[in-house]
Amino acid sequence: MKYVDEFRDPEKAASLVAAITALAGPLAASRGRPLHIMEVCGGHTHTIFRYGISGMLPPEIELVHGPGCPVCVLPMGQVDDCVAIAETPGVILTTFGDAMRVPGSQKSLLQAKAEGTDVRMVYSPLDALALARDNPEREVVFFGLGFETTMPSTALTLLQAEAEAIRNFSLFCNHITIVPTIKAILDSPDLHLDGFLGPGHVSMVIGAAPYGFIAEHYHRPLVVAGFEPLDILHALWLVLTQLAEGRADIENQYGRIVPPDGNAAALDAITRVFELRPFFEWRGLGSIDHSGVRIREAYARFDAERKFALPSLRVADPQSCQCGEVLKGVIKPWQCKVFGTSCTPEAPLGALMVSSEGACAAYYQYGDLEGLRTQHAVGAA
Amino acid sequence: MTKSDPPHRAPIRRQPRDGVHLAKVTLAHGGGGKAMRDLVDDVFVSVFDNAILAALEDQARISLADLALHGDRLAFTTDSYVVDPLEFPGGDIGKLAVCGTVNDLCVGGALPLYLSCSAIIEEGTDLALLRRIARSMADTAAAAGVAIVTGDTKVVGRGSCDKLFLNTAGVGVIRAGLDLGAHRAEPGDVILVNGRLGDHGAAILAARGDLRLETKVTSDCAALHTLVGCLLEACPGVKFLRDATRGGLATVLNEIAEASAVGIEIDEAATPLDPEVKGFCEILGLDPLYLANEGKIVVVVPAAHAEAAREALAAHALGRAAAIIGRVTAGPPGRVVMQTAFGGKRIVDMLVGDQLPRIC
Repeated sequence: MKYVDEFRDPEKAASLVAAITALAGPLAASRGRPLHIMEVCGGHTHTIFRYGISGMLPPEIELVHGPGCPVCVLPMGQVDDCVAIAETPGVILTTFGDAMRVPGSQKSLLQAKAEGTDVRMVYSPLDALALARDNPEREVVFFGLGFETTMPSTALTLLQAEAEAIRNFSLFCNHITIVPTIKAILDSPDLHLDGFLGPGHVSMVIGAAPYGFIAEHYHRPLVVAGFEPLDILHALWLVLTQLAEGRADIENQYGRIVPPDGNAAALDAITRVFELRPFFEWRGLGSIDHSGVRIREAYARFDAERKFALPSLRVADPQSCQCGEVLKGVIKPWQCKVFGTSCTPEAPLGALMVSSEGACAAYYQYGDLEGLRTQHAVGAA
Repeated sequence: MTKSDPPHRAPIRRQPRDGVHLAKVTLAHGGGGKAMRDLVDDVFVSVFDNAILAALEDQARISLADLALHGDRLAFTTDSYVVDPLEFPGGDIGKLAVCGTVNDLCVGGALPLYLSCSAIIEEGTDLALLRRIARSMADTAAAAGVAIVTGDTKVVGRGSCDKLFLNTAGVGVIRAGLDLGAHRAEPGDVILVNGRLGDHGAAILAARGDLRLETKVTSDCAALHTLVGCLLEACPGVKFLRDATRGGLATVLNEIAEASAVGIEIDEAATPLDPEVKGFCEILGLDPLYLANEGKIVVVVPAAHAEAAREALAAHALGRAAAIIGRVTAGPPGRVVMQTAFGGKRIVDMLVGDQLPRIC
């Protein structure tokens, strides 16, 4: 299939793996430990597992699965608020598919739907706006979440609602921004990361410049990467090449999609509609300054936070949950105390088990767990 | 006939009634009176016409001696059909209800013979639609050589069901000496499918319309009994067959691996996929291994019979794209692994729930 098969060519993969292996050996030897490369974005995690990339890499490279899955980092309190909105009489709550299963403290949206609330899955916020147009007697709320990738479409939908003077549409805004979170991870004392694969579709909107501080202040290379398996291998090779040459630069492997300065029209829509919150709560990571956005005062009439009386309670993550340590790469998913026992995709305790992009769910679904545990036991011995 | 006679077995040869002239089904059609008798006669009995149904008893009566001509064990199965939309590219709920039950019989090695048809109809359903679906059931059953010999009709209030739910039960007879089972897979056995995977799942998702994706994919809905017949004749060593319906290929492979306590390894590059379905899955972030099929079987055979099995499948119109996709291994019991076309390996587990499209 054109534009798909070219990026999944096994021969090119084999030659990239050989080049990566040649670089990784000396780099790991000089450090006396494997290299730790974090892929920030959940889409990358998905690709890595779906194509079995971890198993193709030499043991000198350990991939650390970062916090870039917006569903996984959604705190329980926000899900509770969303359920409260959905349970308000007259409301149609709309959201993306994989937000449906995220557990709140009492229930997920899927469970709320089963109990009779009107929760509908949409593929675009514009579908939610169309529902509002078609159901003028109902309040249609869009549960907006995601990084800068999905922010522009939400912002443009809100602007469209304003242009059409649609009164029965509002947004429960849970959009978050990745850069402050990467900084928080880099500031974490228990972390050893050698480099990053940067998020591709976030960068399509914001460009590569916002990552500059990672190279300048933290002296770590970051390569913005695409989502095909060859993109991942190519970007890894670029990170290792930088390390081998003693460089720490921001590079763009995903040039076919990501312009250096991002997308001006998208950024303009985001800026018109949203402003940074002082802080936002992340599941597993806690509160991070300036890591979420809210709707500006000028668009307050579309803001579900203002329209509805929300419980807005902070719900602590379960104590046994080690999502934070997994997100920061301190432990591997399968090293978590509750992994695969009291926390499974059927009954997720922690955020990372919820979405198929979550590191734990991906390990659970695609990983060779017995193999990993055996390997780890041998390594530890 | 007395008042207590079930209306759907009212005499076919009685004075013909006027039929149903209304455009929509009403609750009166479920009331057990004349309106119901008209609906049943007009919509169902007239098109399902066969001798056993025409005997007009409370139950279909089938000669044991006739059954015994075909084999030594009775196969009995039931399935309910609630597909939305009722009509979709490549089929409709009626065709699905006949093919699905015929397939559930034939993958056990049974010759499918008789079906029941139970319809639960929502008040307000179009009669024209109902007629088309009954006609589709009758045509599909005739083509598959099975007779719909008993049935029931209920009408429920608006909102109590979604337009039309069908249940079909089926009986068939298994030939003496044939023993197909999920527990029989052994390391070294080979796994085949009879064609491209995921067409039905993709066609249904697209036909629901909320994706606004245009695609030419049509459902693979088909009765597989002649294909299975050809396969078993050419390749008596076949150990197991199952139609890969809900949950797709991945689910059937996991069921085999679990039942036989073996590992299974499949090769992504050898797994047949329509490029259109592949593209559909790419756009939505779905995995075609989990998409439903309604005309695909998974076959387990000893390695020595693999090529003969593939040829037998490929010689049939419903098996042109048949392929050997993997093998049974001594790997960890219950574990299904896929060699990716990219060069890696990944585990293919059962899904927890439905596949949900990803955010970004």
